[in-house]
Amino acid sequence: MIEKIYEILEECCPDVDFRTEKNLVDDGLLESLDIVMIVNELAEEFDVRIGVEDILPENFNSAEAMTALVVRLQGEE
Amino acid sequence: MTYHILSYMEEAVRKYPDRIALSDAHFRMTYREMWNYVTSFGGFLCSKLKQTRCAVAVCLRHDVYDVLSFFSIAYSGNFYVPVDLSLPGERVKQMLAAACPLAVLVRDGDDIPRGAAEVIPVPAEIPSSAVSDDTSPWKGGKDTDPLYLIFTSGSTGVPKGVLVSHRSVVDMVEAFHTVFSFRENAVFGNQAPFDFDVSVKDIYLSLKVGGRLEILEKKLFSFPKLLIERLNEREVDTVIWAVPALKIMAELDAFSTDHPRHLRDIMFSGEVMPPKALAYWREKLPHARYVNLYGPTEITCNCTYYVVSGETPDSLPIGTAFPNCSVFLLCGDSPAQDGETGEICVTGSCLALGYYREPQLTDAAFVRNPLVRGYTELMYRTGDMGRMQDGLIYYMGRADTQIKHMGHRIELAEIELCANSIEGVDVSACVYDSEERRICLFYKGEADRGSVLRYLRGRLPKYMIPGAVERCAAFPVTRTGKIDRKALLAAFLAKARGKN
Repeated sequence: MIEKIYEILEECCPDVDFRTEKNLVDDGLLESLDIVMIVNELAEEFDVRIGVEDILPENFNSAEAMTALVVRLQGEE
Repeated sequence: MTYHILSYMEEAVRKYPDRIALSDAHFRMTYREMWNYVTSFGGFLCSKLKQTRCAVAVCLRHDVYDVLSFFSIAYSGNFYVPVDLSLPGERVKQMLAAACPLAVLVRDGDDIPRGAAEVIPVPAEIPSSAVSDDTSPWKGGKDTDPLYLIFTSGSTGVPKGVLVSHRSVVDMVEAFHTVFSFRENAVFGNQAPFDFDVSVKDIYLSLKVGGRLEILEKKLFSFPKLLIERLNEREVDTVIWAVPALKIMAELDAFSTDHPRHLRDIMFSGEVMPPKALAYWREKLPHARYVNLYGPTEITCNCTYYVVSGETPDSLPIGTAFPNCSVFLLCGDSPAQDGETGEICVTGSCLALGYYREPQLTDAAFVRNPLVRGYTELMYRTGDMGRMQDGLIYYMGRADTQIKHMGHRIELAEIELCANSIEGVDVSACVYDSEERRICLFYKGEADRGSVLRYLRGRLPKYMIPGAVERCAAFPVTRTGKIDRKALLAAFLAKARGKN
C-alpha cells in the first residue's frame, strides 16, 4: 500500500521527497491545497472516508502516517 | 480629523487601554502595551533612520511582531514593505531591488540577501511605559504620505510594487465601517498573509473599532478541526478571508462535526467564489452575514461589495461601489450601456499613489477620467471586465492574460518570461486551464521538463508554478500569426484524456 501512497503523493507534489521527509506538515512542505488534494486522492484510491476528526497534522506528517491512517479507516468500515 | 492610521491607535489606547489589541498562537498584548512598543521602537527607528517617507522592509513571520513593526515604521514617518522570506531568493532580491529600502527589520535566523540596506533586529520585549511622542514625525505628516508598499505580479517579468497612502487606508476603513457597522470590540480572525493586501482590512478595521486582531497561522487552514477549535476558543466573530480559505473548508466538509460558534461576518475576496462552496457555508452557518468583495490592490483592498441574501445565486455579483468611491464601466473612452461588457474603472481617495519607482507603468494605469473634461480626475483602469445589470456589477473576466489562481493575481506573461530565460527553452506559452484550475506551461526547446520545473521553483512563488509542463515540437498559430493558446490547451487536454 505504501508504494501506491508514494505514487499519489509524488503526483500531487513532484518536488517533495516523500521517502525521506518525515515532518511534512510541521516543516511546511505540505500546504492546505496539497492536503485537500491528498485527502481526496486517498479517499478515492482506497475507498475510505477521511473526516475532519482524522485530518490532523500527525496523520499527514509522513507517508507512513498516512498509510497507518488508511489502514485504520479500512479496518473501521 | 483622521488623516493618519496612528490616530486610530491613539484613540483606542485612550478609550480601552487594557483591551487585548493583538494576539497570535503565542503572544497577546493590550492597546497600552502596543502603544508603549510602537512609541519606543518607532522612536528608535526615527533616530536611527533620520529620514521620512522612505521604504523599510519587514521580514514576515505572520505574528504580532509583524504588525508591531508596521505600526512602528508608520510612527517613524516611513512606509513598510512586507517581505516573505519563504519566497524564492531571486524573487526576494527583485522585490528588495524595486523597494530600495533604507533598512530591513529582521528576527533571529532571518537570512536576507546581502545588500545596501541596514539590518535592524525587531525587539522582543515590551517597554513598561510609552515614550513621549510630541516630536514624532508622524504628527507632522499628511494623509497623502505613503503607508505601505505591497507587490503584485507584473507582466514585465518583475513584480510591481503598489504604494498606498494613509488617506486611502483611512478611506477604506471609514467606508467599510459605514457600510458594515462592525461591533465595537469585534475579533478579526486574520487569515491572509501580510504581504497580501486582504490583510490590510483586518489590521486597520480592528484598530478602528478597538477590536482584536487574532492572527491565525497558515497551518490551521490545512486542518479544519484545529482551526475551528481556535476560532471558538478566541471567540473570533469576523473573518475577511481569501476565497481559497473558505473553499478548502467546504471541500474537506469541515463543519460535519463542529463549527465556528461566534462568526457573524464572513467576507471574501481574491477570486470568484464558487456557488457550491458558498452554499455549504450558508447551510452550516445560516445566521452569518456573507459579503462578496471586489477590488485590486491599486484601489486599496476593495471598491465594490455585495451582501448575499436569498438563495445562493449561480453567478454572484460584485455589487455596488463603497461610499466615497465611483466604480463604472468604460468601452474605450465611453460609458458602457446597461448589459454591455466594459472595463471596470475606479475613482476616489482609494486610488494608490502608483507603482513605486515605475512612472511609466503608473501613467499607463492611473489616467485622467475621460468622462470628466473640466478638471483632472485620476482614474484607475483595472483591466477587469464587468457588466451592469439591475444596478449591480458582475465580474466578466480579464481583458488580458492576467489570471486569479489560489487567490493570487498572476500575470501569465511573467511565468513565460521566466521560462524563456531557461537555457534550452526557445519559446514558451502559458495557458490557464480553468476547468482543472491549473497553470499549463508549453515550451519548445531541448530542456527537459524536470529542469524547467526546478528552474521555475527557484524563482517564482509556489502559487505561480505550473501544474502541468509540456514540451512541444511546434506551436499552433492563429491567423494573425500569434501563438494559438486555446488550441495548445485543447490539444493538451485531448491528449491527456486519451491517456486515461
